[in-house]
Amino acid sequence: MSIFRFILLALRALQRNKLRAFLTMLGIIIGVAAVIAMVAIGQGSKESIQTQLSSMGSNMITVLPASNVSGGVRIGGDTYQVLTLDDVKAIQRQAQYVSEVSPVSSTKGQAIFGALNWPTTLQGVAPSYFDIRKLTIQDGVSFSDADVATAAKVCVLGKTVIDNLFPSGESPVGKVIRFNSIPLQVIGTLVPKGQSSFGQDQDDIILCPYTTVQKRILATIYFQSIYASAVSEGASDAATDEITDILRTTHRLRPSDENNFQVRTMEELIKTLSSTSSLLTILLTAIAGISLIIGGIGIMNIMYVSVKERTKEIGLRMSIGARGIDILLQFLVEAIIISVTGGIIGVILGVTSAKLITLLLGWPTLVSQSSIILSFLVCALTGVFFGYYPAQAASRLDPIEALRYE
Amino acid sequence: MSDKKILQLDQIKREFVMGSEVVKALRGVTFEVKEGEFVTIMGSSGSGKTTLLNILGCLDKPTSGEYLLDGVNVSKLSRNELARLRNRKIGFVFQSYNLLPRTSALENVELPLFYNPGLSSDERKVRAMGALSEVKLQGREMHMPNQLSGGQQQRVAIARALVNHPVMILADEATGNLDSRTSYEIMALMQDLNREEGKTIVFVTHEPDIASFSNRTIMLKDGRVVKDTQNENVRSAKDALAALPPADDY
Repeated sequence: MSIFRFILLALRALQRNKLRAFLTMLGIIIGVAAVIAMVAIGQGSKESIQTQLSSMGSNMITVLPASNVSGGVRIGGDTYQVLTLDDVKAIQRQAQYVSEVSPVSSTKGQAIFGALNWPTTLQGVAPSYFDIRKLTIQDGVSFSDADVATAAKVCVLGKTVIDNLFPSGESPVGKVIRFNSIPLQVIGTLVPKGQSSFGQDQDDIILCPYTTVQKRILATIYFQSIYASAVSEGASDAATDEITDILRTTHRLRPSDENNFQVRTMEELIKTLSSTSSLLTILLTAIAGISLIIGGIGIMNIMYVSVKERTKEIGLRMSIGARGIDILLQFLVEAIIISVTGGIIGVILGVTSAKLITLLLGWPTLVSQSSIILSFLVCALTGVFFGYYPAQAASRLDPIEALRYE
Repeated sequence: MSDKKILQLDQIKREFVMGSEVVKALRGVTFEVKEGEFVTIMGSSGSGKTTLLNILGCLDKPTSGEYLLDGVNVSKLSRNELARLRNRKIGFVFQSYNLLPRTSALENVELPLFYNPGLSSDERKVRAMGALSEVKLQGREMHMPNQLSGGQQQRVAIARALVNHPVMILADEATGNLDSRTSYEIMALMQDLNREEGKTIVFVTHEPDIASFSNRTIMLKDGRVVKDTQNENVRSAKDALAALPPADDY
């Protein structure tokens, strides 16, 4: 007995009751569409959080001096001087999982232009710092390795500094400002980054070659920190280990010694944020899943009514030779067709509405293949599960009773 | 009429348990029907007619006694084997036609063939068309039941009973819902099928008028056969039809 005949039979039965078939499907359609759209929203926001983090430099690694003990007194990390240019060069040469590395030597002071002044931070960095921190130049140019070599008196301004020193809106590029007493020529401006996730104003900054800060202002050979970027987000841990090994060597630490530096990654942050959005996805999926179950119960309900309504038909079919299994298959195939058709329409509707949400509301959505396959499988199973009981009830009818049923 | 026995009933008993009471619907029914006979089973309500019909139709099994349909002992069969037997050996005709609504005459007739694997859809169609022409309904294959008169609907049902070439047609008050003119038409069709094609027909009815068209009448009362008579002068349904006053046609 080929299943194909039962599919045809079920299609005929549904065709005779189009409206009811559609209403039954509606539950499944809405359920599947909801699952796909909800998961798309959840995945989309997760994805967008990750890209945003990535653009903030989520593969960024910072090396800071650690606190240490000097003659029985613990010295705070930020005043402890351990990081040197040798460290930077060693990392640059040896580390495989590190793509860029830049020292940072910063100092606070007063930026002055004409009659205006503004307290800010001057950061001495290498040109690679722009890549590591994902900073981009808005106007003008960035400084070069040649500028670093000559400790050139050039700088790049952040937006907050520009707003306070050049309130009239004129371009600061080419002007000469002073930082404390040092004159610096403005060669470029930064695209605003806004606040960091810790509430820091990332635009209140002046960048210049690290040699300029070290030689002309601080007169030191030490750095406050070293910034590096791992080749990828996934390589953050490997890069961290590598940097730790390299620095222990350059710092000549004995195996028993504590690290006199600390290496930090952004990974914690990424994990926290993506687990938040995973939670969101789970929540949305749960809501959508419930609506799918309700759709399934709708199928069961209608199939029961349908079995009741067609009791006489079942009796007739049995009296002319239908076996229990034939009746079971007839109703089961019908339920499966309803749910699978509903599933297909639901997938189309879900994908379309995800696209519409992006288009109209601007929310990021991501329709994943797995959510389509999963919801489709779930609704096919829903058909089998919720269709089975009514079908079984039908197949167990007594033909005599069924024939007399009015 | 050959000597082949289509139905053999031996001391058929059927009891129903209703709460604490045991209702004896059949108290030992014994008779045989040979191939090509046209038998009517008569009896008032409560005589066990319906119970007997269910047993003859393999829808029910006797509590005790032997029932052989075309040589097959029905009492020993499983539910599925009974279904197969109903499909191959019995053609049912019901009082209320029992056609599937919103389904064409052709598809209704094809229905028993659906449960007969090994027939292609083309074969099914050819056989259904053949059965419809046997009951003189050519040209109405695509009509829905609600587009057919009662008599036509019953003829579709008869075509459905014929389509699987059963050994016996089992009719349950098949004229009960029809006026006398259409009843005679149906009986004329039955007589044709019986005489020209040698179909064995078992016709359950409570109308003596209808019974007079058959060769033999079995009378049931209180679950027993009280009379089993051969009908010496079988009325012709065609003549009866002709004798009716002309219908005030529209």
